[in-house]
Amino acid sequence: MPTNPANRPAPEPRLQSNPPAITPGNETNPDASAFHSILTECQDVDGQSEIQEAPGFFSDLNLDQIVGTITAGREQYDLKPLFYTPLKTVEAVHYRQDVFRDLSGNFRLLELVRSFAERMREMRTLLAISEKRYYKRQKQAAFLDAVETYCNTVTVLKEGLLSTGPASRGFQALRGFLVRYTGSEEFTSLKKETERVRAELAKVRYSLHIHQGRVTVNRTDTEGDYSEEVLRTFEKFRQTDPRSHRFKVPLSIEMNHIEARILDLVSALHSEAFARLDAYCDRYRNYCHQLIARFDREVQFYIAYLEQLEQLKKAALPFCFPGVSSHSKEVQALDTYDVALANQLIHARKDVVKNSFCLNEPERTLVVSGPNQGGKTTFARTFGQLHYLAALGCPVAGISTKLFLFDRLFTHFEKEEDIQNLRGKLEDELIRINEILENATANSILITNESFLSTTMNDALFLSREVMKRIAALDMLCVTVTFLDELASFNETTVSMVSTVNPTDPQQRTFKVIRRPADGLAYAAAIAEKYHLTYEAVKTRVGARESEVNES
Amino acid sequence: MKVFLMFRDHDFVLDEGIPENAQETIQDLELNTLFRAVAGGDDFLLQVAKGAVLASLKNRESILYRQEVLADCLAFPDIARDLYALAVDAIERESRIWGWFALSSPDSLLHRSVEALGLLIGLLERLRKLADEHSSKFRSEGFRWFFGMATQELSDSYLQAVKDHLVRLEFRGGVQMSADLGRDFRGSNYTLHSLEVEALGWFEQVREWVGQITRKDDSGLSFDVDPRDEAGFRALEALRTEGIANVAIALAQSSDHILSFFKALRLELGFYIGCLNLRDKLAAKQEPFCIPNPLPEKDEVLRCQGIYDVCLTLNTAERVVGNDVCGEKKALVVITGANRGGKSTLLRSFGVAQLMMQCGMFVPAREFHANVCQGIFTHFKREEDASMKSGKLDEELSRMNAIVERITPRCVLLLNESFASTNEREGSEIARQIVRALLEKQVKILYVTHMFDLADGFHRQHMESALFLRAERLEDGTRTFRLLEGVPERTSYGEDLFRRIFQAEPESLQPTAQ
Repeated sequence: MPTNPANRPAPEPRLQSNPPAITPGNETNPDASAFHSILTECQDVDGQSEIQEAPGFFSDLNLDQIVGTITAGREQYDLKPLFYTPLKTVEAVHYRQDVFRDLSGNFRLLELVRSFAERMREMRTLLAISEKRYYKRQKQAAFLDAVETYCNTVTVLKEGLLSTGPASRGFQALRGFLVRYTGSEEFTSLKKETERVRAELAKVRYSLHIHQGRVTVNRTDTEGDYSEEVLRTFEKFRQTDPRSHRFKVPLSIEMNHIEARILDLVSALHSEAFARLDAYCDRYRNYCHQLIARFDREVQFYIAYLEQLEQLKKAALPFCFPGVSSHSKEVQALDTYDVALANQLIHARKDVVKNSFCLNEPERTLVVSGPNQGGKTTFARTFGQLHYLAALGCPVAGISTKLFLFDRLFTHFEKEEDIQNLRGKLEDELIRINEILENATANSILITNESFLSTTMNDALFLSREVMKRIAALDMLCVTVTFLDELASFNETTVSMVSTVNPTDPQQRTFKVIRRPADGLAYAAAIAEKYHLTYEAVKTRVGARESEVNES
Repeated sequence: MKVFLMFRDHDFVLDEGIPENAQETIQDLELNTLFRAVAGGDDFLLQVAKGAVLASLKNRESILYRQEVLADCLAFPDIARDLYALAVDAIERESRIWGWFALSSPDSLLHRSVEALGLLIGLLERLRKLADEHSSKFRSEGFRWFFGMATQELSDSYLQAVKDHLVRLEFRGGVQMSADLGRDFRGSNYTLHSLEVEALGWFEQVREWVGQITRKDDSGLSFDVDPRDEAGFRALEALRTEGIANVAIALAQSSDHILSFFKALRLELGFYIGCLNLRDKLAAKQEPFCIPNPLPEKDEVLRCQGIYDVCLTLNTAERVVGNDVCGEKKALVVITGANRGGKSTLLRSFGVAQLMMQCGMFVPAREFHANVCQGIFTHFKREEDASMKSGKLDEELSRMNAIVERITPRCVLLLNESFASTNEREGSEIARQIVRALLEKQVKILYVTHMFDLADGFHRQHMESALFLRAERLEDGTRTFRLLEGVPERTSYGEDLFRRIFQAEPESLQPTAQ
């Protein structure tokens, strides 16, 4: 279904959403406005809650690959929903663009946030260990480690933000919040108590006596290490026995029941320290501030995206902050490219071809035709990716881009025949395009890719024209990839773009898509040659194997 | 002990002989639906069905061998299912014997093996009984061999000898062993003796006595390990288990061998049980099926009555439309006609029926005659390649390139709207060259196409070896899903669909003249 479930009424932009919460003696603090989220200035508005499922067009535009690359290795943050939820107002886009500018322009700030994230991950690992452990005392040990990590991490982040001087509203609000939080009773008492519990446990020492079935534990001082002495004495007898190895039981990292009983005795001998630990663990169970946890997750949206940009930057590929408008449909991009494809090409150390486009009044539709393998589909995807990523508030591929903030984005790409729905392919396509046209508005964007291939040319031309008429009537932005040259000059709102080949060598493709009238030339035969699938080649190939078979 | 129900002279090995293009065949022919029906919810049967169907037999004789076995199973489904249940029972019950613990010590491995062997011998006895009762009814070479083997190898005296061993191996009177003194004065070369001596219990007595004189009182906190705590006392067992390690391993291997016989039985019989599952499903819908007639590979025959897409019928409540096709000496079948007219369905029907025939199954038709082929290849239109390496035509050509790389004379190639991703004139030209070359190399081709230029080209050449089928469309536009012999026509009636779906009259109903 090429529908975007986020089609809800856009929330009103709020410039001053909440009265700033100013703590006494802090009136001059410029960061005093309330902090909610690094992703949005307003407190959660219903229309902006996260979308859990990828929009229908994601795979058509290869956005699934882009988001897959960006979020790879960050599964713990569940970032995908953030990428499934485009923004609805220009104001919201600017809020994020400013945070991006801060992080990409201020290296120390970026490093600060990265190291914050790293420490928070360590903290969560410790908490997970604490969860997993079977015995209570082992759980408590990991928990104490986690809280120590948390206190340090929050303090370091606050100090760092005070010294790096961020410019975005998002980071300034965060800084204000952290100054208030680290000075609060909630945080200072947590920190003090953690240090105290740790110090008392460090003083505990005990002895262990095991005899036949009996184990004895006592308060004592230790002597020299006897086990090392024994090991040294018998080292020369050591050898391996492969047969007995067959039955070796691996040692568990989990405490066994004997160890656990010993520890119980130790804690009985040092009851005050352990009683304090018990109370501590109980009291601070929910120590992590909700806004810190939220920031930890949401800032990864930026970090992950910037990491991908870093790769593109290394390959000398340009990107920029797009101008975004919700009323002007004049759009343009210079030297832009398909980010999903670029990721693959960079990996394979190949060049990425850049393309440009623009639409001026009254133009609405780019009709892309020309030879196969010329980059037509890639071009159409690029158009969709640019608009979608801009609507997330992200920098986009290219230079000097002006893009339209759409209400809904639709794609109409060929789908594989599905035996389950028992419909013919053509019927399926018509039903999908009909659904799109019924749901689209003047502010939507539609990208169609080679529709109606499963019928004759006459039929395809007839159907495409009927659809084009309806698109033109809606006045929406549209990119159409087609083999039908006739569509390129449909009316004054259509602009013809043509994929090109090298004129001296038709098999050499440039992947350049340029603005010019459709010329009706395609180079399929040259491609057949490339795959050795001409009549002569096929005969020789199958024939050669026939003689092999006969000989053997 | 060999099963030999799938081949006259060798074992059936899952996933052996699967052609490289198997994944494409599965996808294009929607074979997973067939596999699921054959499996009837059983994952193992699913794997068997997949392996058997994809690893086509390449000659008539081996197909006929399986058809005979299948005929026995169809005639005596209850006995076949009993036999299969026996094999499943053996494998499942064996796997439930506290296996996770067995490798931790020779002692537990020994106990496990004794128990497993006891179980498996019981099941072999049941197998003997089945053979005694029913073998006379079975006609196929495969089953006659199998039951004969069971009667001969599992004689009463053999079964009794095994049971005697199992009693001794329980070591009720304890374990007796001998050992050399090793270089480090530790015991080595432990040898087990079958002396049955009463256990003395001396160890417990000594331990108690030593404990009493060495235990001293102090001010610490202490606890006793429960004498029943096996983990705590496992060290004390080390010596005894060292002695029984070799016999435990040998015994475990024996039980593995018997188990693998049952596994082979489950595997080979599993194929026929799958056929029975499918038969039941088709019979419930009153869909016809028949044992096909495989013809020598040079015959180029495709003659059938009431052929239908078995995967389609498995997905729908109603019976599906069957087709009659009569192709004698036809190397090329071109299928054209209206959208939604059943063209792809018929193409899949042929492909699936050919595969089912060549693994020894019955086929979804009232009658089916076809020459055996050396391999089935499919080239169906696909969704855009997710890796973006290529445009659509490029992707199609790349797949065709892979097919030409592997295809040999006497193979079948199914083409579904191939080369429609470029314009009609060019697509036709590419297709024409490939089809012509492959026909000359004795590849049988079935081609569903909208490309009038291509289909009409073959027709105008008056090719003797070409058969033309066309989806039937009545005057009022309704499709019957029936395909009749007929020459290609120029339009595919996209306007019908447009009018119905958009529920509006398009402004111009005249197709634009080319």
